[in-house]
Amino acid sequence: MSTPRGQLERDNKRLTGRLALMALGSFAFGFALVPLYDVLCAVTGFGDQKALARAAEVAPQAADESRTVTVEFVADLPNVGSWEFRPVIASMQVHPGKLYETEFVAKNLTGHDTVAQAVPSVAPGNVAGYFHKTECFCFTPQKFAKDEERVLPVRFIVDRALPRHLDRITLAYTFYDQSIRVGQR
Amino acid sequence: MATHAHAAAHDDHDHKPHGWRRWVFSTNHKDIGTMYLVFACTMFFVGGTMALIIRAELFQPGLQFVDPQFFNSMTAMHALVMIFGAIMPAWVGLANWMIPIQIGAPDMALPRLNNLSFWILPFAFLILLGTLFVPGGAPAGGWTMYPPLALQGGDSFPMMIFAIHLRGISSVLGAINVVVTIMNMRAPGMNLLKMPMFVWTWLITAYLLVAVMPVLAGAVTMLLTDHFFGTSFFAASGGGDPVMFQHIFWFFGHPEVYIMILPAFGIVSEIIPTFSRKPLFGYESMVYATAAIGFLSFIVWAHHMFTVGMPLAGQLFFMLATMLISVPTGVKVFNWCATMTRGSLSFEPPMLFALAFLFLFTIGGFSGLMLAIVPADFQYQDSYFVVAHFHYVLVPGSLFAIIGAVYYWLPKWVGRMYDQKLATWHFWLSAIFVNVLFFPQHFLGLAGMPRRIPDYATQFADWNMVSSIGAFGFGFSQLLLPYIIIKCVKSGAKAADRTWDGAHGLEWELPSPAPFHSWESPPSAAVIARGAEH
Amino acid sequence: MTRTMNKTRAALTACLIAMLAGPAHAASGWGLLNMPEGVTELSKKIYDLHMMIFWWCVAIGIFVFGWMIWAIVAFRKSKGAVANTAMVHSTRAEIIWTLIPVVILVAMSVPSARVLIDIEDARNTELTVKVTAYQWKWQYQYLGTDVGYFSTLARDSNSARQLQSGVDPETVPNYLLDVDRPLVVPAGTKVRLLLTAQDVIHAWWVPDFGMKKDAIPGLVNEMWFKVDTSKTGRYRGQCAELCGRDHGFMPIVVDVLSKADFEAWLAAQKAVVKQAAVAQATPAIS
Ligand SMILES: [Cu+2]
Repeated sequence: MSTPRGQLERDNKRLTGRLALMALGSFAFGFALVPLYDVLCAVTGFGDQKALARAAEVAPQAADESRTVTVEFVADLPNVGSWEFRPVIASMQVHPGKLYETEFVAKNLTGHDTVAQAVPSVAPGNVAGYFHKTECFCFTPQKFAKDEERVLPVRFIVDRALPRHLDRITLAYTFYDQSIRVGQR
Repeated sequence: MATHAHAAAHDDHDHKPHGWRRWVFSTNHKDIGTMYLVFACTMFFVGGTMALIIRAELFQPGLQFVDPQFFNSMTAMHALVMIFGAIMPAWVGLANWMIPIQIGAPDMALPRLNNLSFWILPFAFLILLGTLFVPGGAPAGGWTMYPPLALQGGDSFPMMIFAIHLRGISSVLGAINVVVTIMNMRAPGMNLLKMPMFVWTWLITAYLLVAVMPVLAGAVTMLLTDHFFGTSFFAASGGGDPVMFQHIFWFFGHPEVYIMILPAFGIVSEIIPTFSRKPLFGYESMVYATAAIGFLSFIVWAHHMFTVGMPLAGQLFFMLATMLISVPTGVKVFNWCATMTRGSLSFEPPMLFALAFLFLFTIGGFSGLMLAIVPADFQYQDSYFVVAHFHYVLVPGSLFAIIGAVYYWLPKWVGRMYDQKLATWHFWLSAIFVNVLFFPQHFLGLAGMPRRIPDYATQFADWNMVSSIGAFGFGFSQLLLPYIIIKCVKSGAKAADRTWDGAHGLEWELPSPAPFHSWESPPSAAVIARGAEH
Repeated sequence: MTRTMNKTRAALTACLIAMLAGPAHAASGWGLLNMPEGVTELSKKIYDLHMMIFWWCVAIGIFVFGWMIWAIVAFRKSKGAVANTAMVHSTRAEIIWTLIPVVILVAMSVPSARVLIDIEDARNTELTVKVTAYQWKWQYQYLGTDVGYFSTLARDSNSARQLQSGVDPETVPNYLLDVDRPLVVPAGTKVRLLLTAQDVIHAWWVPDFGMKKDAIPGLVNEMWFKVDTSKTGRYRGQCAELCGRDHGFMPIVVDVLSKADFEAWLAAQKAVVKQAAVAQATPAIS
């Protein structure tokens, strides 16, 4: 500790620099947490909800006819009145491993041409890793003409590895019109 | 190290700078420490006034005084002001004053940076308090700023974020200074394991600050870009996730809780041995326990958000990790008890506050343990039970430790003794009213009263009234503190150099008041050895 | 003389009983001291867990506070206590007070984990209601039917809660805990709620059901409850997550009916919806 003054100042500078770097690293880490959480969810099998918005690549599975799971469909709108959005059927009984198709219906009542995108979500949350969609209208933004009504298909497979303690899955979509800012008053 | 004497010698010994220059351009750790403490005290009364507005509105059911929106602003601002404006600056002020003296250093390692980190603060809080006067009112989305609600804020929203950024920079600079001072400026012979506990707890606190304050800065920056620049980190409409903000926020927020309490552990570890006239029991295990708490604080964040819907494994992990914190915390409490055992106890004001800390912080620890139990937390979460819990930890916890520290070191700072009888009154009023104020909130929460509501169902009226009475009693009792300090500065009797007969540590080897420049030549090995009988 | 004494004693006993009995008998607020046991399978398990942890805390508290008080009383300098400055460390003691808490924590965490696993088991639900939170009201939709409606703060509460309304809240029945249309569910049935929100985050909380869960925009969360068959009645709760200006004014009321009553109620609601649809489809003649 009995360092000459110049040495002490150099030491102080060096440690200050290191700590400043550490602080900068923490700042970057805050942003890195956004993708890190998704990775964490994916690798731990907690279910990465964001993966639902991408086409799943699944190896073909043999259907497990011995098991039936209820899949419910739910449609949500952040702005009541400007759209119509609903599932064609409320629920389905499915066998894990088998490919199914269902449809939602959306109608643009905003009075102008617009683009909207559906954001998917499943409940319970940890099912996300076992619910594969091979085709979905939520993968891309959807263009709608004024007053246009369209049928939107979804194709999905419930993984055979779905934990035994689950017998019901809810697939929900919130349909966001990109011309309307949400959450502001 | 011997050259330090020369380093500071040109800073004229006899005349310290006078007038406003002394303060604005100050690079002296004692003056900067004083400014931090005065600032913290001011903000404590500002935040306290907000608390009294809240408790006045909640005195009885029905809305008597304020609009619900303003009420929400008060809860958010009360928290921001108390956490960032009162408790944290008070700890930095104490660190500035005491760390150099306690480790035998002539000043903080980076004096000019020290000046900067203090002077950022008043500007940060001018901006934050300025939000009270902008259209749309002050931030009303809670100090936790959860989106999407926080994004509904008006003009106050960017101001709040700017204030938090400034405040964060101030904190990080202050923390860097503390680390460098402790690591590089210790007197020869002052090994790490000879340092006073206050220095140890602050070292760990400073590392926590450097690690997490920038994470908060990142989180609020993302909020800002979500609001103004069309990103969607947290907006579901753009593929973002509102829950993500909570994860990032609490990754900062939980260590932040320990940032506010670890230095309190240090203070209590100084005061209890002094007034037990006996060294601290289990010094090394105290150091390890502090480090363990610091580490665990990084892996428990999600216990603040059990109700967002987490997978079972996640809930179990965060429950167990949280429960684990009670082990090192328990070690600390038992060590303090063991320190008092077979001691020779006297009950001067600092000791009274330390003892109240010991009792009441333990109660906060119990409710914390209960909150860790996930299924029960589904009931407790966001109820007044939580409010009671964290106020027990922060008021008779952090705040009492700060007041205890002031009563412990005030004679050293000003060279005069304060009115101990009046300070004892201050203690008893505080200790009684703090319980009248917060204990009934446990009942309210368990009975089903949510937090952050301006009005409530009539069955909650009785305990709310009691709580409000406690709040006013507590708030007005605190006016004694500045009165006692001013009276001490003006007309206190001369204090002895070793104010308390059981006190050890280098600060007591200096005259009272501590000279403007101290330890310009480091203390001798014999002096350090005498001081280090923790 | 004896009569007044008897009266006082009776009053004291009543007070004590009220305090011990808790919310069930609480006419006034003084008796509100503890968590309600609630009326669902889970709420009782949660209550038991809460009480178990509470008694552990009491036991630890007796020990810790007892030690503190003993030390404060027995080792006063004013009574001539002399410090034993050699007593600075004991590895054995420190190991003991590290390990014993660990054992206690294990004892607490096992039953907690068990209840948690029960909570997460949402199999075999018989009715799903979708709950959508808005600033500041709730929407309930019975999944698989067209029955759905909003539930907002009752009008008398709403006028009384205005700033300086001049109305005494005590005169309003169920002040701030009453709605225009309650959620209706059957007793003895595993009911699942699918929670989401339209604008900001809210949380659905009925203390008697033991659970609360966040309603988050863009996400669906689920929770379930099963009210005991014998516990039909009306239960109240509130939004628990700060959601803006009127966060304190979006109560939750649940009517729990017997299964048969519920079926009748649902059939009637379906009929109402159908009628409305028919009325809309056929333009009125003349
Ligand atoms: Cu709400």
